[in-house]
Amino acid sequence: MTAMDTAAPLLELSGITKVYPGVVALDDVSFSLAPGEVVGLIGENGAGKSTLMKVLGGVVAPTAGRIRIAGVEYPALTVQQSMAAGIAFVHQELNLFDNLDVAANVFLGREMRKGPLRLLDNAAMARAVQPILDRLGATFRPDTPVLRLSLAERQLLEIAKALSLDARVVIMDEPTSSLTLSETARLLSVIEALKRDGIAVIFISHRLNEVEQCADRVVVLRDGRVAGRLAKGEITHDAMIRLMIGRDLKTLYQPPARPRGEPVLRFERLRTTAHPDVEVTLDVCAGEILGLAGLVGAGRTELARAAFGIDPAAGGAITLAGRRLVRHGPEDAIAAGLFLVPEDRKQSGLILEFSIAANIALPSLGSLARFGLVGAERERALAEDQRRRLAIKTPDVGRLATELSGGNQQKIVLAKWLAMEPKAVIFDEPTRGIDVGAKTEIYRLMRGLADHGVAILMISSDMEEVIGVSDRIAVMHRGRIAGELVREAFSEHNVLTLAVGRELEPA
Amino acid sequence: MHKKELGLFILILVVGAVVTVINPLFLSGVNLGNTANLIGLFGLFAIAQAFVIITAGIDLSVGSVIALLGVLFVDLVGVQGVAWPLAILLMIAVGLVMGAVHGLLIVRMGLQPFVVTLCGLLVYRGIARFYTADATAGFVYGQSFPDLEWLTVGRTYGVPHSVIVFLVVAVIAWVVLHRSVFGRHLFAVGKNEEAARYSGVRSGRVIIGAYVICSGLTALSAIFFAMYTRSISPSSHGNFYELYAIAAAVLGGCSLRGGEGSIVGVVLGVILLQVLQNLVNLLGIPSSLNFAVMGTVILIGVIADQQFARFRDRRRAARSVEARLGEPVQQHAE
Repeated sequence: MTAMDTAAPLLELSGITKVYPGVVALDDVSFSLAPGEVVGLIGENGAGKSTLMKVLGGVVAPTAGRIRIAGVEYPALTVQQSMAAGIAFVHQELNLFDNLDVAANVFLGREMRKGPLRLLDNAAMARAVQPILDRLGATFRPDTPVLRLSLAERQLLEIAKALSLDARVVIMDEPTSSLTLSETARLLSVIEALKRDGIAVIFISHRLNEVEQCADRVVVLRDGRVAGRLAKGEITHDAMIRLMIGRDLKTLYQPPARPRGEPVLRFERLRTTAHPDVEVTLDVCAGEILGLAGLVGAGRTELARAAFGIDPAAGGAITLAGRRLVRHGPEDAIAAGLFLVPEDRKQSGLILEFSIAANIALPSLGSLARFGLVGAERERALAEDQRRRLAIKTPDVGRLATELSGGNQQKIVLAKWLAMEPKAVIFDEPTRGIDVGAKTEIYRLMRGLADHGVAILMISSDMEEVIGVSDRIAVMHRGRIAGELVREAFSEHNVLTLAVGRELEPA
Repeated sequence: MHKKELGLFILILVVGAVVTVINPLFLSGVNLGNTANLIGLFGLFAIAQAFVIITAGIDLSVGSVIALLGVLFVDLVGVQGVAWPLAILLMIAVGLVMGAVHGLLIVRMGLQPFVVTLCGLLVYRGIARFYTADATAGFVYGQSFPDLEWLTVGRTYGVPHSVIVFLVVAVIAWVVLHRSVFGRHLFAVGKNEEAARYSGVRSGRVIIGAYVICSGLTALSAIFFAMYTRSISPSSHGNFYELYAIAAAVLGGCSLRGGEGSIVGVVLGVILLQVLQNLVNLLGIPSSLNFAVMGTVILIGVIADQQFARFRDRRRAARSVEARLGEPVQQHAE
C-alpha cells in the first residue's frame, strides 16, 4: 500500500477566509495534505500562518471556506473535531507540565485507571508510552520527570503525545527555533520516520534550510493569501524568499530634517542573557530612526530589555550620551534619558486600571511632586498637555486607561516619556495591533523626536514599517547583528535574506 | 467618599440604629467610649495591614508582634526600669527592623509574603513565650506610670487617647497613601509591578517600605494594647489580630490581589467590625458566636461588593466601546 498516489487527500482546505474587524487575516486560502507528506508552510511574521493553523486546530472559525477531512465537510472545526480527526500540534511554546512525568503528560486528561477505587494505573500508562518513545528514538523513560528533559526531548515528548492520540496530521510550529544543530538533525530524521508511517506533517519555519531539507512541497503565505506553491524540485532559498516578499510597500518615509548626529546609544560587545555567547555592537545616533529587524526570537527584545535595565547584561557595555550604564535598573536608564516603549503595551506599558493622567505622570512624579506629595492639579495639567500634543482621543484624562483603543493606549505610553527629556527612545513593536490612522500619527511623533535630536531605535517585525520608517536598518539573526543596511540598500529581499541568516550577495 | 465607602458608612449607621432600638445602652457614653477605644486599638494595625495588602502582600505576623513587643515593653518599663519614652522608641525601632527584615526576605530573596510572615507569626510568638517562660507578664501591683497611662489609656473630654492617635495616624496614612508619590507607587506596584518597573518605579524599595510601615505601626499599637490590658499572657495576647486586620481591610475595599484600597474604607471597616462585636455583646448573643457573626457579615459584604464591581465593569465596557467609536453607541440606531 503506497500512500503517494492512491490516497485521497487527508485534509483539504478550500477558500478559507478569515476577517477580523479591519483586518483580513486569511484571504481565500486553499491547502491540501496527503498522507505521508511533509508540507513546508512559510511566510513573514503576520502572513497568516498562525491563523491558518488555528483554523485547523478548531480554535478559530473561518469567515468563509470549507474544511474537508477524510471525506467529511465542515464549515468550521471545533477543537474536539480537530482532535478526533487526528490533527495534533507540536507547539512553539511547549504545552507540557514539567511537574509531571513523561507518561502522565502523554495521558493527561485521559488517564488509565484500575481497581475498584479507579486509581491511576501508572504501570499501564508507562507500558503504553514505551513503544512510542522507542519509535521516536527517545532515550528518556516514561517515568522521567519532564523537568529533567531538554528542550529537544520535550519536543519529542510532544510528538509522542500526538502519536499516542493516533495523529494523522502533525503540525510543527517553528520546531527548530531553539534546537542545536544536532538536535535539529535528529528532529528531521523523526519527521522522516513519521512520513514512512503515513503521517502528514505541516512544517512551519523561518529556517529555510530545514524547509529545503525536509519538505516535499512548500506553500508560501503573504498578507493572508497563498503567494505561491513550490514542488519538490523547485524548493530553493531564492524561490522561497521571492515568494515571501514582493508586495508594493506604500512609502511612509518622512525624511529627517537634520543630518545624523553623534552616536547616542551605543552597544559595545554587549551580550544578553538570552544569547550569552554572541556579542552585539551597534550605535544609534542622534536624529536617526534605526530600524531593528529580524525574525521573532532573534534577540531584539532582549537587547532592548538589557539597555533599559530590565534584565542584566551578560557582558559588554551600554553607553548613553557618553555615560556608561553599569548594572542599572529602569529608574537609572530613565534618569539618564533612555526610555523604552515596551512590546507588551497592556502588561508592561500601562497600568490599565489607573487613570490616563496617573499613567502619564507615573515616571515624572518625582519631579512633579512638592515635598513628596503628588499635586493633583499639576498632574492633570501635565496629562492635558500631552493629550493635546498627541491628540489622545478621550473626553477626560481622569478616565481609566483600559477604556481607550489600542492606538490611544500606545499614545499614553508615549506621553509618559514625552513629558520628560529623552536622549534616546527604544520602541519595541510600536504599532502592533494599532489601526492605520494611529500608526501614521505614531510614525510622525517618532520622526518629530528624531528631528529634535533624539536617537530612536525601533524594533519591528512589520516589514512595511521597518522599510518605510527607518533611516537605517540593522538586522538580527540568532542574537547577532547579521548586517546593517543604508537607505539605498533597503529592500524586503535584503532584510529577509539577512534575517534568515544568509549573506547578502554583493550588488 | 466613594460609593463603596458610602455603602459601608450606611451599613454602620443601620447596624448602629438596629442595635440602639433593641438595646438603647448602645448610645450610652460608657459604651461609646469603650467601643471607640477598641476602634482606636484595632484601627492602628488595620491601617498598617492595608499598606501591605495594597502591594498584593500580606502580613500574618501582626498578632505575634503585638504579643512579643507587648511583653518586652512591660518588662522594660515595669521590671528593668527603662524610662518609658525610651522604651516606646525602642519598641517602634524593633518594629521597623522587623518590617525591614520581612520586606528584604520578600524582595531580595524572592520569598512569598505569606510564608515569610507566617514564619514571623511562629517565631515572635515563640520568643514571647520563652522570654516570659510562658508566664503572664504584667506590671507589679501598685506600679503606676501616670504620664504613660494618661497618654495611652487616658481620655480627653471623654475621648480615649487611643482613638485620637488612631485618627492622627489615619490622616497621615491617608496623605501618604492617596496624596504622596510613595502612595502612588504603592498602588502602581500592587496593580501591575511590571508596568511600574518599566516606568522607573523602584518596586523593591516600595514593597520593603510597606512592610516597614506595617510593622512600625503595629509596634505602636502593641504599646497601646500592653497598657490597655496591663497584663499579657504571651500565648494568647494578640491571637487572630492579623486576621482581624485583614478582615477590616477587605471590608474597607482592599483587594488581596493588590492595587486597591483606601484609608477611609479601612477606617470604616474597623468601625463596622467593632460595632458588630458590640452588637454581639449588647444583644445577648452568645459571645461564642462572635467570629461567626463577623465571618458572615464580611462574606455578605464581599459578595455585595463583587456584584457591584460586575455592574460597574459592564458599564465601563459599554463606555469604552463608545470611546473607541468616538461617539455614543446609540448613533447606530438611525
